[in-house]
Amino acid sequence: MNLTLHVWRQKNAATQGAFVKYDARDISPDMSFLEMLDVINEELILKGEQPIAFDHDCREGICGTCGLMINGIAHGPQRATTTCQLHMRHFKDGDTVYIEPWRAHAFPIIKDLVVDRGAFDRIIQAGGFVSVSTGSAPEANALPVPKVSADLAMDAAACIGCGACVAACPNSSAMLFTGSLIAHLARLPQGQPERYERVVNMVEVMDKEGFGGCTNIGECSSACPKEISMDVIAWMNRDLLRATIAKGKQGSQ
Amino acid sequence: MAIDTSVRPQTETGRSTADFQSTTLDANAPVGPIETRWDTHRFNMKLVNPANKRKYTIIMVGSGLAGGSAAASLAELGYNVKCFCYQDSPRRAHSIAAQGGINAAKNYRNDGDSIYRLFYDTVKGGDFRSRESNVYRLSQISVNIIDQCVAQGVPFAREYGGMLDNRSFGGAQVSRTFYARGQTGQQLLLGAYQALERQIGLGTVKMYPRTEMLDVVVIDGKAQGIVTRDMVTGKVESHAGDAVVLATGGYGNVFYLSTNAKGCNVTASWRAHRRGAFFANPCYTQIHPTCIPVSGDHQSKLTLMSESLRNDGRIWIPVRKGDARSPDQIPEAERDYYLERKYPSFGNLVPRDVASRNAKEVCDEGRGVGPGGLGVYLDFADAIKRLGAKVVRERYGNLFDMYERITGENPYEVPMRIYPAIHYTMGGLWVDYNLQSTIPGLYVIGEANFSDHGANRLGASALMQGLADGYFVLPYTIGDYLANLGPSKVTTAHTAFAEVEAEVNERTRRLLSINGKRTVDSFHRELGHIMWDYCGMARNDAGLKQALNRIPELRAEFWENVKVPGDGAELNQSLEKAGRVADFLELGELMCLDALHRTESCGGHFREESQTPEGEALRDDEHFAYVAAWQFKGVDRPPTLHREPLNFEYVHLTQRSYK
Amino acid sequence: MATALTLYRTTIGKKAVMAVSGLILVGFVVFHMIGNLKIYLGAQHYNDYAAGLRTFGGPFLGNSQFLWLARVVLLVAVGWHIVAAIQLTRLSQTSRPTRYAQKKVTVSYASRTMRWGGVIVLLFIIYHILHFTIGAVGYTPGQYQEGDVYQNVVRGFSVWYVSIFYIAAMIALGFHLYHGVWSMFQTLGVNTSRTTRALHTLAAVVAGAVVLGNISIPLAVLAGVVR
Ligand SMILES: Cc1cc2nc3c(=O)[nH]c(=O)nc-3n(C[C@H](O)[C@H](O)[C@H](O)COP(=O)(O)OP(=O)(O)OC[C@H]3O[C@@H](n4cnc5c(N)ncnc54)[C@H](O)[C@@H]3O)c2cc1C
Ligand code: HEM
Ligand code: HEM
Ligand code: SF4
Ligand code: F3S
Ligand code: FES
Repeated sequence: MNLTLHVWRQKNAATQGAFVKYDARDISPDMSFLEMLDVINEELILKGEQPIAFDHDCREGICGTCGLMINGIAHGPQRATTTCQLHMRHFKDGDTVYIEPWRAHAFPIIKDLVVDRGAFDRIIQAGGFVSVSTGSAPEANALPVPKVSADLAMDAAACIGCGACVAACPNSSAMLFTGSLIAHLARLPQGQPERYERVVNMVEVMDKEGFGGCTNIGECSSACPKEISMDVIAWMNRDLLRATIAKGKQGSQ
Repeated sequence: MAIDTSVRPQTETGRSTADFQSTTLDANAPVGPIETRWDTHRFNMKLVNPANKRKYTIIMVGSGLAGGSAAASLAELGYNVKCFCYQDSPRRAHSIAAQGGINAAKNYRNDGDSIYRLFYDTVKGGDFRSRESNVYRLSQISVNIIDQCVAQGVPFAREYGGMLDNRSFGGAQVSRTFYARGQTGQQLLLGAYQALERQIGLGTVKMYPRTEMLDVVVIDGKAQGIVTRDMVTGKVESHAGDAVVLATGGYGNVFYLSTNAKGCNVTASWRAHRRGAFFANPCYTQIHPTCIPVSGDHQSKLTLMSESLRNDGRIWIPVRKGDARSPDQIPEAERDYYLERKYPSFGNLVPRDVASRNAKEVCDEGRGVGPGGLGVYLDFADAIKRLGAKVVRERYGNLFDMYERITGENPYEVPMRIYPAIHYTMGGLWVDYNLQSTIPGLYVIGEANFSDHGANRLGASALMQGLADGYFVLPYTIGDYLANLGPSKVTTAHTAFAEVEAEVNERTRRLLSINGKRTVDSFHRELGHIMWDYCGMARNDAGLKQALNRIPELRAEFWENVKVPGDGAELNQSLEKAGRVADFLELGELMCLDALHRTESCGGHFREESQTPEGEALRDDEHFAYVAAWQFKGVDRPPTLHREPLNFEYVHLTQRSYK
Repeated sequence: MATALTLYRTTIGKKAVMAVSGLILVGFVVFHMIGNLKIYLGAQHYNDYAAGLRTFGGPFLGNSQFLWLARVVLLVAVGWHIVAAIQLTRLSQTSRPTRYAQKKVTVSYASRTMRWGGVIVLLFIIYHILHFTIGAVGYTPGQYQEGDVYQNVVRGFSVWYVSIFYIAAMIALGFHLYHGVWSMFQTLGVNTSRTTRALHTLAAVVAGAVVLGNISIPLAVLAGVVR
């Protein structure tokens, strides 16, 4: 099939970007979206032009490196699917496709469709861990974890850090990403000791990085390739309020 | 190509890099009863005074399970760590793709597992081409890994009682595999990543994402630093340290199509090899039996589905050649469940190499299914009958979804189609018992070293090895080296750094200036075809010789005719690829050479000339019970072969048989 | 106090303020709607009720003291609510400097109308107070009778375009509440995947009741049912 692409090209953070039109000829429906871009790039290179820069690595939907705004939907039309796992059979011959990078103040563009998601790492640095140094761990089965807790924790831990939630959110809020980590650890006994400290520190950095505030719109969850549920956001809200109340108590004592 | 094997007297360290007169390498493996070797060794190692640790800088290249866990653990001990990765975040290392699980000899199932059994299974599974001391240590440590990961909050699967769940995995007859849905690697990596981020936050680790290592700097025979390229600005930089650790993963991408991530490369290892680190058993590559078949030339990578699928799925093909009927039209009687037929006791759970080779065989017979006849069925109909769709969904839901996403077929209704693909590389830089390469101060961990898996890796053992190296082995052994040496005075001001930087810049300039007629990918694809055809699932003398003629030609053409657009001072993905492919073009040749010299079959290395009447791999222990470690002598010059003899005091050499 | 301030500095804290103030406002609107329906019980009842609002709390509280108390609470709530809303809106604008050329809405529109809906509601409230409470607008001179609330409402709604404006405002409010009421629980962390559906229904019920209950009055007046 043939498609018309409008791809965002931008040399670097400093320069202005713009859309450039490309024709994608005889694309196989079995190609992945990124393989379709590979084909375009091979042609561009042979024509002596600059290939389209886009982030990707595993190409199996788990590393979270890829991520494109495809016709206004983060990771494209298919639900619960990363860009690299999106296949061309979901498009029709003659379709026009707009391809944009994630857009958010906290995700500055590096080149073309490549953005800098370093803010996510800094949110984790603020407390997205259990402080347990190598060697200090007790016997694994010493502390039973109810299956439901483990499963709920796993649901939240499935986040691949792709940033689609931020890209899709009208407020560019990082609540779903941050909430998934908070919920993952807060749902396990191992996460309890640092639970409230963790949420306070992570939310502080999340805000400092310049993400917007959440107004419970829900675009994040619907764009999330791992279908992380909005209840991780409620969970984080609750833990932050509790943390504040707890602190307040300490203060008044 | 002739192989030069000059003889020299044994050196006690076996580490000297300058000039080699010896054909035998010493692994520095401790002696004595195997159960106590690691303890004794740890006791004999020198310790670095806690107050002095911060005076040492360790350069960690790679932030996967091995690199991430090592960087975090070393920083916790008090060392300065500089950690590098080519992705935009350490969380994205390809360890994340591991699905099936991680082994540990916990014996929670009370089904007869033990450290000794895991050790035994690993040596046997590796077809007697691994080092007993290392494998035993690995089995011992396996139990601590699970403890550590659980404490980090890794959400392993649980039973209703709240205890950790296990499953049996590829070739093992005990249930010793721990898993987190189909995302075990992801969850383990996030655990290591979080530990790493914690240290980054504390300022003990300096992280360099989107930074590719392009060379090692060796001064007075010791590894003292690396030269890197900032993939965003193109800036080439030097970093000095007291020791350098490579945790850069496997080189499966030499085949172009593999289950590795697009960025996986051999550059770090290969550059170190060119500077004196021996490359061991390069031809030991593992083919994974349960991958999604190729759909066309556009294919950019292959997707693996955890072989845990083989626990409940049944593999079959039509009895008749070229049977074009849809699977549901083929009656039971006309189906050939060939693994169950040939290997009654293991059935669909035979080790990967056996399963893969059998798939290739039946497809070569023309009984394969799907496009191009390159596929066999993996059928869950019985499992769904037996367990119900719900249980099947619980166990494999995300794998089934992945399959449907890629193929557009629903595996709950039609059987999956699978075909083998390159998956793991047992070969890698040679390391001694301390995980130190033949360059003093250069350590290699994880898949990048030639590892503890011998000629074939058991399922769920790579995650175990990566984390064992990173959390529990390297932090001890590197201390011994540093304590003996004292903090080094070398800085990036040393002329050696300037020289290496110049070489790196020159190479970049050359790649950009060729401006030929072929893209980097087209060369990579062609190399991949050569490797897959002649150095893939089955190898023979004639084929390997042919490959050894074609690869140098292709390499020559690459350096005359490749087209790399753009310039070096920006994000330039073509340039990144070009550098990696250039190294693959040299590695590929060494792999074929190694495969050619090893005229026996063992594990993942199958030489058609050496097989049992039933078509099983036939080892030649008399001549090949050794590790082949190759020394670089220059491109287009034969490398030198060094042998590390393998002796088996505990697990006695037997022909592997899964009948 | 200090901790409350640090909380307010976070986006989540601001949102919590919206939720709490929103809760108060919702409470008022519901209560007020019920009060409004008393108009169907006739002039006597309705005026007594209005008067009752003023004498409520006596003898402890003097005349209208409770009412003033309520007014203060409401003013503070609306004030906070609006300030937080504006701060969050500003933030969301700066957090995406370049807009998407294409952006599809894949979930509920109600959540997207919160800001404009809120503004409309605000304008309504201002007009509404000038109208019924003060009688400064919407009446021909002398028409508005302090105390005769019943007649004021009837005369007020007899002007068709005033009624239309009220009805439009009620619909805007309905949207605001439909998202708002559910959103409140999410913001305060009460919501879980198990309760989401129930809370959405609750929101729909509250919004529906307020809209229908209120709209029925101008309609009844125009239809001459209430006169
Ligand atoms: C699809 C798949 C499924 C698997 N499933 C399992 C399983 O179920 N069980 C199991 O035990 N094993 C499994 N394996 C094998 C296992 O995942 C890997 O062997 C293991 O994770 C390798 O870890 P590593 O840390 O050594 O390397 P990686 O995780 O690959 O990390 C390599 C690191 O090095 C960095 N790097 C590489 N080159 C450079 C350079 N030139 N400069 C700077 N940085 C560089 C990368 O950025 C990355 O951080 C699987 C492998 C694959 C591909
Ligand atoms: C059609 C529906 C409505 C009717 C008939 C109505 C009627 C009235 C009347 C008669 C009064 C004056 C009461 C008095 O002076 O004693 C009043 C006051 C008020 N109404 Fe409404 N109202 C309606 C809807 C609303 C809505 C939707 C809101 C809020 C969003 C609202 C907010 C107020 C406020 C804030 C006051 C002033 C209370 C005070 O301080 O005295 N009203 N309303
Ligand atoms: C008296 C009438 C009003 C009521 C009953 C009301 C109620 C609510 C409620 C319950 C919420 C949800 C809070 C949350 O999500 O936690 C909300 C949110 C909001 N309100 Fe109002 N509000 C009213 C008036 C206003 C006004 C006058 C504005 C003016 C700007 C406004 C703007 C907003 C905004 C922007 C939100 C954010 C959306 C959100 O948080 O979900 N509201 N409102
Ligand atoms: S929450 Fe979902 S969308 Fe957001 S980063 Fe994680 S996986 Fe991506
Ligand atoms: S879309 Fe945005 S507003 Fe909140 S619920 Fe999701 S983060
Ligand atoms: S490339 Fe890894 S998730 Fe898409």
